[in-house]
Amino acid sequence: MADKVDHSKRRWLFAATTAAGGVAAAGAGAPFVLSLMPSERAKAAGAPVEVDISAIAPGTMISVEWQGKPVWIVHRTRQMLDLLAKHDADLADPASSVPQQPDYCNNPTRSIKPEFLVVLGICTHLGCSPTFRPEVAPADLGSNWAGGWFCPCHGSRFDLAARVFKGVPAPTNLIIPPHKYLSDTKLLVGDDDKGGAA
Amino acid sequence: MNLAAKLVGWIDQRFPLVSTVKAHVTEYYAPKNFNFWYFFGSLALLVLVIQIVSGIFLTMNYKPDALFAFASVEYIMRDVQWGWLLRYIHSTGASMFFVVIYLHMFRGLMYGSYRNPRELLWIVGMILYLVLMAEAFMGYLLPWGQMSFWGAQVIINLFSSVPVIGPDLAILIRGDYVVSDITLNRFFALHVIAIPLVLVLIVVVHLIALHEVGSNNPDGVEIKKYKDANGKPLDGIPFHPYYTIKDGVGAVGFLIVFCAVLFFAPDMGGYFLEYNNFVPANPMKTPEHIAPVWYFTPYYAILRAVPPMFGSQFPGVVAMGVATVIFFFLPWLDRGKVKSIRYRGPIYKIFLALFVVSFIGLGWLGLMPATPAYTVISRVLAVIYFAFFLLMPWYTRIDKCKPEPDRVTFK
Amino acid sequence: MKTIKKLCAAVLLLVMPAVAGASGAGMHLDKAPVNLQDLASLQRGVKLFTSRCLACHGASSMRYNRLKDIGMTEEEVKKKLELPEDVKIGSTMQAAMDPNSAKLAYGVAPPDLSVISRSRSADWLYTYLRSFHLDKTRASGWNNTVFPNVGMPHVLADLQGELELKIEKQAGHETRKLVLATPGTLKPAEYDAAIADLTNYLVYMGEPAKMVRYKLGMIVLGFLFALFVLIFMLKKEVWKDIH
Repeated sequence: MADKVDHSKRRWLFAATTAAGGVAAAGAGAPFVLSLMPSERAKAAGAPVEVDISAIAPGTMISVEWQGKPVWIVHRTRQMLDLLAKHDADLADPASSVPQQPDYCNNPTRSIKPEFLVVLGICTHLGCSPTFRPEVAPADLGSNWAGGWFCPCHGSRFDLAARVFKGVPAPTNLIIPPHKYLSDTKLLVGDDDKGGAA
Repeated sequence: MNLAAKLVGWIDQRFPLVSTVKAHVTEYYAPKNFNFWYFFGSLALLVLVIQIVSGIFLTMNYKPDALFAFASVEYIMRDVQWGWLLRYIHSTGASMFFVVIYLHMFRGLMYGSYRNPRELLWIVGMILYLVLMAEAFMGYLLPWGQMSFWGAQVIINLFSSVPVIGPDLAILIRGDYVVSDITLNRFFALHVIAIPLVLVLIVVVHLIALHEVGSNNPDGVEIKKYKDANGKPLDGIPFHPYYTIKDGVGAVGFLIVFCAVLFFAPDMGGYFLEYNNFVPANPMKTPEHIAPVWYFTPYYAILRAVPPMFGSQFPGVVAMGVATVIFFFLPWLDRGKVKSIRYRGPIYKIFLALFVVSFIGLGWLGLMPATPAYTVISRVLAVIYFAFFLLMPWYTRIDKCKPEPDRVTFK
Repeated sequence: MKTIKKLCAAVLLLVMPAVAGASGAGMHLDKAPVNLQDLASLQRGVKLFTSRCLACHGASSMRYNRLKDIGMTEEEVKKKLELPEDVKIGSTMQAAMDPNSAKLAYGVAPPDLSVISRSRSADWLYTYLRSFHLDKTRASGWNNTVFPNVGMPHVLADLQGELELKIEKQAGHETRKLVLATPGTLKPAEYDAAIADLTNYLVYMGEPAKMVRYKLGMIVLGFLFALFVLIFMLKKEVWKDIH
């Protein structure tokens, strides 16, 4: 019991050790948490996809896989584009004010080139993949139908700019993924040089 | 603070929180004279946690399928973010676990930690050791390299040398006629679920048994003999803060060694990760020289040292089994008047030194090809190994012990 | 305590020869000049690897875009390694030859080379790739002093030239020497340098994270030493209570 306890030194040492130990624990934990992020394989599988769009006939669409999700590329005809502007009143968000698209697609056709729509084929309601119904006024969809997508799961409807109609379960327009044109016929889905790579 | 106290009170009415913490941490009285050798118990616990945590994260990316297992390990090493670190933590941890356990057991030998009243504590510890060997053996199959495959092949074939039931037993273990995808799949299940559960459970039992009888110490005298007015041992100090902090020093020191291996020599010159295990398993081609991982080699050397008798490898297998199980009987083999090596006579010291030499020598020989000269040395060392145990009742009784002190020595 | 020290010394004495003995293998191997920090060498190595080895061997764990480790941008990888149009930058290195036809041609399927430098040492690879020699008794016409009766023909013979194995017997002592019979497009020293680059690359590919590992290791150890000093001082301080 000879030497006196130096409380302040003890407190200081304890605080310093605890702090350094905390840093060590955080540092040790970091790689474990980071290992949960997408691996190089996942990134490679999710890498931007090059698509040749020259073969898409007017009025039809193709589906490509990007990050394991369907991306639709639709070649819209003049007639389809003309019909787009005629049903704004029936749409939930006709002006695309909810940011479901990159800025360069925030326009009436939701596209870079009006005739080509690039859209993520996943319903914004619960993630089903809607069906492409380009025909005008089919019997099952009613006389107002000007072409678009119908989701078989819960009946959500989207027009040919992938905008959602009012009164259906889906809350927002379909997502337009980042994309850019490498040439007139080559499209890159998943990267737009604007930090839009996902 | 008040809120925290209230919460503790609320829990304490429903769960013995405060009393448990007191009994096992703040008012668990440990002898004050622990030395270097007493770090390895807490370090074993630390490595167990490291292995479980890193193992869980590896499981998220590993594929227990003969077609994909090897590639999935390389996938972890390259494609998974920080995966190489997770994998090296686990592989380094496996070897370090045995380093720590062997030193922990050696501590028990030196200071007579297995003796009355700690016989059960020792036995539980020995069970832990055997379970740990099973865990390590099954885990080693998972990378599905050549050494994984052929190591498992050889060890499982040992079981087939058991008379009568042997061949069927080996098939039962493999679930196939050779080590195959089926074997890999079941070893995976056992390695990640079954054995770790058992391991954790027995560790808890080991700790409860320890705290019931109290820790031994380098002097081998019982601190419970002398208590103060409050019934606390005079030579005991509360585990927290004294030993939590001291074990913290040990833990950081250990982590320095661990990280030095992990970052600068994870394959440890082919001992922790064998070169041949970077070749995918090929049932058609045995590597030129196969040896188990280093922590099994003392027993492997004993196995090889025993010649086949009556055309059967079984005697060697029995010798190997006895070499591991014989530790269980130490509490009753030791007839010494004192526990600690500090007060033992020269005979015990010589035998213990010879035992260490034989254990390490056998470990080294187990890594080497079995040449005639090596086989002779293996036999000599195996005899020494067993003599340490079998002659113990005799030499510990005749050994001239020094008088034990009444109380622990502490400078 | 003395006994313990003696025991430790005995342990050390026993372990030392074990560690030393482990590295000694039978045949003589030339020392490979591996330097993972020499990015130029690694880039030359990967060029040789993709243009020659990848014809038959795959490196199915190695992704092309990983070559950023050795200072190559994606554009450089595409251009310098002449990636075919349909091969993506994020894909792994696949052999041009189908493994089954390779097995028919050479008797064994060419092994994947992703981790070849971890099962075979760098020195082995460096020596092996420089030890092919003509051998009429072999179907391929080639043999190798490091890998006897190897299935692989000498695919770099146009660079190295053709070697012959000369066995000289003097006083019962046998010396085996490889002699250049027909020169190749590279001088012997140039060929050795090219193989050094290739070996260097193979070592890198065996564990791409190695340099990161070393760097991180220094930081971690430095930090742990600091933490050790702190907690050691804390222990000394707190243990002043105990007499």
